[in-house]
Amino acid sequence: MPLSWYLLVAAALFCIGLYGVLARRNAIGILMGVELMLNAVNLNLVAFWRYINPSDLSGLVFAIFVIAVAAAEAAVGLAIIISIYRNRDTVNVEEVDLMRG
Amino acid sequence: MGMQIAFFLFSLIAIVGALLVVTTRRLFHSALALVLSFVGVAGLYILLEAEFLAAIQILIYVGAIALLILFAIMLTRHLMDPKARAFNDQWWIAALAAGFLFLILLAMIVRVPWPVRAVAVPQNLIENLGASFVGEYLVPFEVVSILLMAALIGAIIIARER
Repeated sequence: MPLSWYLLVAAALFCIGLYGVLARRNAIGILMGVELMLNAVNLNLVAFWRYINPSDLSGLVFAIFVIAVAAAEAAVGLAIIISIYRNRDTVNVEEVDLMRG
Repeated sequence: MGMQIAFFLFSLIAIVGALLVVTTRRLFHSALALVLSFVGVAGLYILLEAEFLAAIQILIYVGAIALLILFAIMLTRHLMDPKARAFNDQWWIAALAAGFLFLILLAMIVRVPWPVRAVAVPQNLIENLGASFVGEYLVPFEVVSILLMAALIGAIIIARER
Protein backbone atom coordinates (compact mmCIF):
# COMPACT_ATOMS: atom_id res chain seq x y z
CA MET A 1 0.00 0.00 0.00
CA PRO A 2 1.30 3.47 -0.77
CA LEU A 3 2.21 5.77 2.09
CA SER A 4 -0.34 8.36 0.95
CA TRP A 5 -3.27 6.07 1.85
CA TYR A 6 -2.23 6.06 5.50
CA LEU A 7 -1.70 9.82 5.36
CA LEU A 8 -5.20 10.26 3.91
CA VAL A 9 -6.78 8.19 6.70
CA ALA A 10 -4.84 10.24 9.25
CA ALA A 11 -5.92 13.52 7.60
CA ALA A 12 -9.56 12.39 7.66
CA LEU A 13 -9.31 11.45 11.36
CA PHE A 14 -7.66 14.80 12.14
CA CYS A 15 -10.36 16.82 10.36
CA ILE A 16 -13.17 14.84 12.00
CA GLY A 17 -11.57 15.47 15.39
CA LEU A 18 -11.19 19.17 14.55
CA TYR A 19 -14.90 19.36 13.73
CA GLY A 20 -15.71 17.69 17.05
CA VAL A 21 -13.54 20.18 18.96
CA LEU A 22 -15.09 23.19 17.23
CA ALA A 23 -18.74 22.10 17.20
CA ARG A 24 -19.41 20.28 20.48
CA ARG A 25 -20.98 22.14 23.39
CA ASN A 26 -20.05 19.57 26.01
CA ALA A 27 -16.48 19.86 27.33
CA ILE A 28 -16.08 16.06 27.40
CA GLY A 29 -17.10 15.95 23.71
CA ILE A 30 -14.36 18.48 22.97
CA LEU A 31 -11.83 16.33 24.82
CA MET A 32 -12.85 13.33 22.71
CA GLY A 33 -12.21 15.40 19.57
CA VAL A 34 -8.71 16.22 20.86
CA GLU A 35 -8.05 12.51 21.42
CA LEU A 36 -9.05 11.79 17.80
CA MET A 37 -6.64 14.47 16.57
CA LEU A 38 -3.78 13.06 18.66
CA ASN A 39 -4.52 9.61 17.22
CA ALA A 40 -4.29 11.01 13.70
CA VAL A 41 -0.90 12.57 14.50
CA ASN A 42 0.33 9.24 15.87
CA LEU A 43 -0.83 7.40 12.76
CA ASN A 44 1.16 9.89 10.66
CA LEU A 45 4.29 9.41 12.79
CA VAL A 46 4.11 5.62 12.57
CA ALA A 47 3.39 5.65 8.81
CA PHE A 48 6.39 7.91 8.14
CA TRP A 49 8.58 5.74 10.36
CA ARG A 50 7.59 2.58 8.47
CA TYR A 51 7.84 3.96 4.95
CA ILE A 52 10.81 6.33 5.11
CA ASN A 53 13.36 4.84 7.48
CA PRO A 54 12.33 1.93 9.75
CA SER A 55 15.80 1.61 11.28
CA ASP A 56 15.57 5.13 12.72
CA LEU A 57 13.26 4.75 15.71
CA SER A 58 12.52 8.43 16.36
CA GLY A 59 9.04 8.18 14.79
CA LEU A 60 8.00 5.38 17.13
CA VAL A 61 9.61 7.07 20.14
CA PHE A 62 7.71 10.28 19.42
CA ALA A 63 4.46 8.35 19.00
CA ILE A 64 4.98 6.86 22.47
CA PHE A 65 5.68 10.34 23.89
CA VAL A 66 2.47 11.61 22.25
CA ILE A 67 0.53 8.78 23.91
CA ALA A 68 2.02 9.70 27.31
CA VAL A 69 1.16 13.38 26.81
CA ALA A 70 -2.37 12.40 25.71
CA ALA A 71 -2.82 10.40 28.90
CA ALA A 72 -1.68 13.38 31.01
CA GLU A 73 -3.95 15.70 29.03
CA ALA A 74 -6.97 13.44 29.49
CA ALA A 75 -6.38 13.13 33.24
CA VAL A 76 -5.96 16.88 33.82
CA GLY A 77 -8.72 17.82 31.37
CA LEU A 78 -11.28 15.53 32.97
CA ALA A 79 -10.26 16.70 36.45
CA ILE A 80 -10.86 20.31 35.37
CA ILE A 81 -14.23 19.34 33.85
CA ILE A 82 -15.31 17.60 37.09
CA SER A 83 -14.14 20.62 39.11
CA ILE A 84 -16.13 23.00 36.86
CA TYR A 85 -19.14 20.72 37.17
CA ARG A 86 -18.90 20.86 40.96
CA ASN A 87 -18.46 24.61 41.21
CA ARG A 88 -20.69 25.86 38.39
CA ASP A 89 -23.07 22.95 37.81
CA THR A 90 -22.41 22.81 34.08
CA VAL A 91 -20.12 21.07 31.59
CA ASN A 92 -21.25 23.28 28.71
CA VAL A 93 -18.34 25.36 27.45
CA GLU A 94 -20.67 28.18 26.34
CA GLU A 95 -21.66 28.80 29.96
CA VAL A 96 -18.09 28.79 31.30
CA ASP A 97 -17.14 32.40 30.52
CA LEU A 98 -15.57 33.66 33.76
CA MET A 99 -12.56 35.04 31.89
CA ARG A 100 -14.56 36.85 29.24
CA GLY A 101 -13.24 40.40 28.83
CA MET B 1 -4.57 -8.33 -1.58
CA GLY B 2 -5.30 -9.46 1.96
CA MET B 3 -3.30 -6.50 3.26
CA GLN B 4 -5.44 -4.12 1.21
CA ILE B 5 -8.69 -5.64 2.48
CA ALA B 6 -7.40 -5.37 6.06
CA PHE B 7 -6.31 -1.78 5.42
CA PHE B 8 -9.74 -0.78 4.12
CA LEU B 9 -11.48 -2.61 6.94
CA PHE B 10 -9.43 -0.97 9.70
CA SER B 11 -9.60 2.47 8.02
CA LEU B 12 -13.37 2.08 7.76
CA ILE B 13 -13.60 1.15 11.45
CA ALA B 14 -11.40 4.11 12.45
CA ILE B 15 -13.18 6.69 10.28
CA VAL B 16 -16.75 5.50 10.90
CA GLY B 17 -15.98 5.39 14.63
CA ALA B 18 -14.59 8.93 14.48
CA LEU B 19 -17.64 10.16 12.55
CA LEU B 20 -19.94 8.62 15.15
CA VAL B 21 -17.91 10.30 17.92
CA VAL B 22 -18.60 13.76 16.51
CA THR B 23 -22.17 13.21 15.28
CA THR B 24 -24.09 11.21 17.91
CA ARG B 25 -26.15 13.31 20.28
CA ARG B 26 -25.64 11.08 23.31
CA LEU B 27 -22.17 11.51 24.74
CA PHE B 28 -22.09 7.98 26.14
CA HIS B 29 -22.55 6.56 22.64
CA SER B 30 -19.84 8.78 21.27
CA ALA B 31 -17.43 7.52 23.96
CA LEU B 32 -18.17 3.95 22.85
CA ALA B 33 -17.61 4.99 19.20
CA LEU B 34 -14.28 6.49 20.33
CA VAL B 35 -13.25 3.00 21.50
CA LEU B 36 -14.18 1.66 18.05
CA SER B 37 -12.02 4.31 16.37
CA PHE B 38 -9.05 3.54 18.67
CA VAL B 39 -9.32 -0.17 17.82
CA GLY B 40 -9.32 0.68 14.10
CA VAL B 41 -6.14 2.76 14.51
CA ALA B 42 -4.55 -0.09 16.49
CA GLY B 43 -5.28 -2.39 13.52
CA LEU B 44 -3.57 0.10 11.20
CA TYR B 45 -0.51 0.03 13.51
CA ILE B 46 -0.39 -3.76 13.14
CA LEU B 47 -0.49 -3.37 9.34
CA LEU B 48 2.42 -0.89 9.67
CA GLU B 49 4.35 -3.58 11.62
CA ALA B 50 4.34 -1.53 14.82
CA GLU B 51 2.79 -4.30 16.95
CA PHE B 52 4.24 -2.85 20.15
CA LEU B 53 2.49 0.45 19.51
CA ALA B 54 -0.75 -1.39 18.72
CA ALA B 55 -0.55 -3.08 22.13
CA ILE B 56 0.13 0.28 23.80
CA GLN B 57 -2.78 1.81 21.88
CA ILE B 58 -5.17 -0.88 23.16
CA LEU B 59 -3.83 -0.72 26.73
CA ILE B 60 -3.67 3.06 27.16
CA TYR B 61 -6.32 4.48 24.84
CA VAL B 62 -8.96 1.73 25.02
CA GLY B 63 -8.12 0.58 28.53
CA ALA B 64 -7.35 3.83 30.33
CA ILE B 65 -8.35 7.00 28.45
CA ALA B 66 -11.72 5.71 27.17
CA LEU B 67 -12.52 4.40 30.66
CA LEU B 68 -11.61 7.77 32.20
CA ILE B 69 -13.88 9.55 29.70
CA LEU B 70 -16.74 7.13 30.45
CA PHE B 71 -16.31 7.80 34.18
CA ALA B 72 -16.38 11.56 33.61
CA ILE B 73 -19.54 11.23 31.48
CA MET B 74 -21.24 9.17 34.17
CA LEU B 75 -20.23 11.62 36.91
CA THR B 76 -21.71 14.56 34.99
CA ARG B 77 -24.46 12.70 33.20
CA HIS B 78 -27.72 13.97 34.65
CA LEU B 79 -26.83 17.43 33.32
CA MET B 80 -26.92 16.29 29.74
CA ASP B 81 -30.51 16.19 28.61
CA PRO B 82 -30.53 14.06 25.44
CA LYS B 83 -32.98 16.51 23.90
CA ALA B 84 -30.66 19.48 24.47
CA ARG B 85 -28.55 20.74 21.58
CA ALA B 86 -25.29 18.83 21.35
CA PHE B 87 -23.66 21.29 18.94
CA ASN B 88 -23.17 25.05 19.10
CA ASP B 89 -24.52 27.64 16.65
CA GLN B 90 -21.31 27.73 14.62
CA TRP B 91 -21.29 23.99 13.86
CA TRP B 92 -21.66 24.58 10.11
CA ILE B 93 -18.66 26.96 10.10
CA ALA B 94 -16.71 24.27 11.96
CA ALA B 95 -17.77 21.69 9.36
CA LEU B 96 -16.72 24.03 6.54
CA ALA B 97 -13.35 24.70 8.19
CA ALA B 98 -12.69 20.98 8.79
CA GLY B 99 -13.73 20.10 5.22
CA PHE B 100 -11.54 22.86 3.78
CA LEU B 101 -8.55 21.68 5.84
CA PHE B 102 -9.14 18.14 4.58
CA LEU B 103 -9.14 19.34 0.98
CA ILE B 104 -5.85 21.21 1.53
CA LEU B 105 -4.26 18.14 3.15
CA LEU B 106 -5.62 15.92 0.34
CA ALA B 107 -4.11 18.13 -2.36
CA MET B 108 -0.78 18.21 -0.50
CA ILE B 109 -0.62 14.47 0.23
CA VAL B 110 -1.39 13.56 -3.38
CA ARG B 111 1.10 16.01 -4.89
CA VAL B 112 4.19 15.62 -2.71
CA PRO B 113 6.58 12.89 -3.98
CA TRP B 114 7.25 11.13 -0.68
CA PRO B 115 10.78 9.68 -0.48
CA VAL B 116 9.52 6.16 0.28
CA ARG B 117 12.09 3.38 0.65
CA ALA B 118 11.19 -0.30 0.73
CA VAL B 119 13.21 -1.32 3.80
CA ALA B 120 12.28 -4.19 6.11
CA VAL B 121 11.64 -3.48 9.77
CA PRO B 122 14.66 -4.49 11.92
CA GLN B 123 14.28 -7.85 13.63
CA ASN B 124 15.02 -6.74 17.20
CA LEU B 125 12.71 -3.71 17.04
CA ILE B 126 11.38 -3.76 20.60
CA GLU B 127 14.88 -4.35 22.00
CA ASN B 128 16.18 -1.34 20.04
CA LEU B 129 13.21 0.73 21.18
CA GLY B 130 13.92 -0.10 24.83
CA ALA B 131 17.61 0.66 24.39
CA SER B 132 16.88 4.03 22.77
CA PHE B 133 14.63 5.01 25.70
CA VAL B 134 17.51 4.58 28.13
CA GLY B 135 20.14 5.80 25.68
CA GLU B 136 19.52 8.37 22.99
CA TYR B 137 16.15 9.57 24.36
CA LEU B 138 16.97 9.36 28.08
CA VAL B 139 16.30 13.03 28.88
CA PRO B 140 12.93 13.28 27.04
CA PHE B 141 11.94 9.96 28.65
CA GLU B 142 12.62 11.30 32.14
CA VAL B 143 10.85 14.57 31.32
CA VAL B 144 7.77 12.62 30.17
CA SER B 145 7.77 10.61 33.40
CA ILE B 146 7.93 13.83 35.44
CA LEU B 147 5.14 15.29 33.29
CA LEU B 148 2.95 12.23 33.91
CA MET B 149 3.54 12.35 37.65
CA ALA B 150 2.87 16.10 37.82
CA ALA B 151 -0.29 15.69 35.73
CA LEU B 152 -1.61 12.88 37.92
CA ILE B 153 -0.94 14.76 41.17
CA GLY B 154 -2.46 17.88 39.62
CA ALA B 155 -5.54 15.95 38.50
CA ILE B 156 -6.10 14.60 42.02
CA ILE B 157 -5.72 18.07 43.55
CA ILE B 158 -8.01 19.74 41.00
CA ALA B 159 -10.78 17.11 41.22
CA ARG B 160 -10.64 16.68 45.02
CA GLU B 161 -13.66 17.64 47.15
CA ARG B 162 -12.96 20.79 49.10
